[in-house]
Amino acid sequence: MTPPARTRSLGLRARSVWRWAILLLVGIYLLLPMVAMLDFSTRGAPGERSLESWQAIATSPGLIEAIVTSLQLAALSVLGVLVLLVPTMVWVHLQLPSLRRTLEVICLLPLTIPAIVLVVGIAPIYAQVTRFFGGSPLTLTFVYMVLVLPFAHRAIDASLRSVDIVTLSEASRTLGASWPRTLVGVIVPNIRVGIMSAAVISIALVLGEFTIASLLNFDTMQVVINLIGKRNAGVSVAVSLAALIFAFLLLIALPTSSGRRSASESEDS
Amino acid sequence: MRKSLLVLPVLLTASLVAACSSGSSTSESSAPASGAASAAESAGASVDAATATSAADFGGMAGLEAACKAEGTLNVIALPPDWANYGAIIDAFKAKYGITVDSAQPDGSSQDEINAATQLAGTDRAPDVFDVGQSVAVANTAMFAPYQVATWADIADNFKDPAGTWVNDYGGFMSVGYDAAKVPAPTSLADLLKADYKGKVALNGDPTQAGAAWNGVMMASIANGGSLDDISKGVDFFKQLNDAGNFLPVDPSPATIESGQTPVVIDWDYLQAGQVAALKEKGIDWQILVPDGAVVGGYYYQAINKDAPHPACARLWQEYLYSDDGQNGWLQGGARPVRADAMVAAGTIDAAAFAALPTVNGTPQVPTADQVTAGNDYLAANWATAVGG
Amino acid sequence: MAPYLGVVPFTVFVTLFLLWPTYIVVTGAFKDTNGEFSTEALGSVLTSANHLSAFQRSIQVSIITALAGSIFGALFAWAIGTGRSNGPLRRVALAGSGVFAQFGGVMLAFAFLATFGFNGMVTMFLSERFGESFLTDASWLYGMGGLAVVYTFFQIPLMLIVFLPAVENIRPQWREASDSLGGSTWEYWRHVAGPILFPSFIGAALLLFANAFSAYATAAALISQGSPIVPLQIRGALSSETTLGNQSLGSALAFGMVVVVAVVMTAYALLQRRVAKWSQ
Repeated sequence: MTPPARTRSLGLRARSVWRWAILLLVGIYLLLPMVAMLDFSTRGAPGERSLESWQAIATSPGLIEAIVTSLQLAALSVLGVLVLLVPTMVWVHLQLPSLRRTLEVICLLPLTIPAIVLVVGIAPIYAQVTRFFGGSPLTLTFVYMVLVLPFAHRAIDASLRSVDIVTLSEASRTLGASWPRTLVGVIVPNIRVGIMSAAVISIALVLGEFTIASLLNFDTMQVVINLIGKRNAGVSVAVSLAALIFAFLLLIALPTSSGRRSASESEDS
Repeated sequence: MRKSLLVLPVLLTASLVAACSSGSSTSESSAPASGAASAAESAGASVDAATATSAADFGGMAGLEAACKAEGTLNVIALPPDWANYGAIIDAFKAKYGITVDSAQPDGSSQDEINAATQLAGTDRAPDVFDVGQSVAVANTAMFAPYQVATWADIADNFKDPAGTWVNDYGGFMSVGYDAAKVPAPTSLADLLKADYKGKVALNGDPTQAGAAWNGVMMASIANGGSLDDISKGVDFFKQLNDAGNFLPVDPSPATIESGQTPVVIDWDYLQAGQVAALKEKGIDWQILVPDGAVVGGYYYQAINKDAPHPACARLWQEYLYSDDGQNGWLQGGARPVRADAMVAAGTIDAAAFAALPTVNGTPQVPTADQVTAGNDYLAANWATAVGG
Repeated sequence: MAPYLGVVPFTVFVTLFLLWPTYIVVTGAFKDTNGEFSTEALGSVLTSANHLSAFQRSIQVSIITALAGSIFGALFAWAIGTGRSNGPLRRVALAGSGVFAQFGGVMLAFAFLATFGFNGMVTMFLSERFGESFLTDASWLYGMGGLAVVYTFFQIPLMLIVFLPAVENIRPQWREASDSLGGSTWEYWRHVAGPILFPSFIGAALLLFANAFSAYATAAALISQGSPIVPLQIRGALSSETTLGNQSLGSALAFGMVVVVAVVMTAYALLQRRVAKWSQ
């Protein structure tokens, strides 16, 4: 039986029109503030454009230092979480599969415990951390590693599931490789996509974190942006725009997994 | 059975943490002692800077200076450069003694200063000195080290603690600052309710959080028939202001004044005064009014951290602040230094700056700690509903 | 026994920096200023109109922005998801959404100040065209209204990220089957795609709620008068210089937040189990 020439449902063209209408509306809504930021940060004398605010970024007190601090924090946090999480997840995947569920729940906990709540409880612990590691803002690494856990876990988990780690590691072990060599030489290259994804999302998160840094009184980029906003709104808007664009470029360089089961973005268990 | 073994690392960590937190009290008390001991060693004298109560303990100002130079650094906190001219005062101190001054958290509140001292206790980053508001000072005297500056006798008794744990440093009165070109000059607080001020009046901070805002509400209360014991009339005034659409829920800052967003700001007179010169350069004529009969004053409290990592420099800083140079520094920022009367008598005051202070008509009223607490309770319950939602 | 050694570093780390602080918050809510057991702090939270209305406002703004975000975000996800996978549009949309959704309330607050604030682009544009009017009064941005608008702004991209996989699981064959069997668009959505997407949709909406409820940075950057929502009240309890001695109040408020978010996230997790069977 041939399908009816005209269906009661919207044709593909009509659907396409709807699609583009939605995309346009949402696109404008999301991009309007970005355009406004560009406009605001390039205001000079009335009616003119000027790059004064952008140039002032270099001379604003403490801003460059804070940006460097935040970048260092991002790098350290990513390194820390990867060094901690990848071996642990591989280990659990291979040796203790019954703990996978527990590991996942623990890694999802930071989503349930808001940063503002974590700060209330972490202040006494940070008193100890400062005792051992000094008072540098880089000690925020520990807390940031916790904040990043859910996203890193999700990305690495998706990768681990798409590759047959068990066979790979068995093959490697029977050929005489030690555990460290297996991990670094065999497994990691295969889950590279997940690791990169975890790294990039974590960098974006750490660069944008404000709550904990401000309530523990450390001067990271976001804290200083907020401070400068009170004295010179143009500079803050300029730095914010720059940071947003930087994070966007980072994320777009990320190789997204293809196809309908884009598991790296999925929240599903 | 095996899974219960996982509990072991958790217990291990928990006991580690417990041991650390109980051990911290001993290491806290040993740290300043070692700091003072090293200061004493390098100063070559048997002076324990952390317990010195006056310059005499160092063998005079020269000894104090030498001890501080040996330490080399001073940690200050929550001192914005345009607050009572602190920027210039810090620069002058640095130039005079060649000490590095590390100024942390310029936008911090008084409570942040105490929090930082508690959290950073025993480290090199802890604040050496405090400049805090009344409530925080009175609640935390246990953290202050007693010290009497060289000019102790010049300061009236009600401006200092007899034991020397704290001493008032500078003060001012609550005022209404306004841009003379954008709004008509108000003669009293009641004028602010008029339509000319629609969407134009801002208060510096939230009174449940910041001392300046608290005193602003108190000024409004006294202007409307309230008293130091009764802040409710002030809250009513701000509610009226809000209902009329005149109250702007924006935090005033140099940026907002410059852009014209907050043409009327209620804040300490010295903070307003600190803006006048910079605003004049931008073409803004900023005037300051202390309302007649509603003169609410407040002094800030200066104290030395008992566990200061640089005890000698902390004391030298104190000496500098209460010397003529330091006091005039504050005066140039529009604040009234605590030694003003003595300096006027001695002729060492900066006469031009003194004459430039806003005129005050009425008896100054300064709230006590108890009145502040009573006011807080009322504000906590009623402020949010009066102006927000 | 030996295999368990492999997870010791992770366990120690998580205990120190996640479980231990949570424990401190939960027990701190039950202490008074002397460190002894007391329900005073919790009691004051539950009986104070100020704190209860903060919870109410927090929940209110979270529900509103979760609804707005989930509806518009779902439409957005449909528009992106039915397009070419791995095409440039999808990559740009996902990258941009990742930035807005997870990348920082302070910068978004400044973005909105630059748009709708006193000197913002839109405000100035409107005042040039239409003169001074209620449209040009920017003070709405600094209160709950402004907060809701900025929250919605990052809820929509978050919805895209969370809901897109569900949309992608809708096979085009189902639509074709429905069409060829004579079903209309409405009937397709009502009977085929809708029921499949519904649990994911609700789950995503719950996630959006938790996200808005926990948010602090945007509110801290925008609102300066009166702490109308719970995270701002926690900030006030920790660093106010006029109302002192409030560590236990901060813990009690934090404990309340944990309870609300835990309830929501549990519901979310349960819904995810149901959804899992459709993603095979």
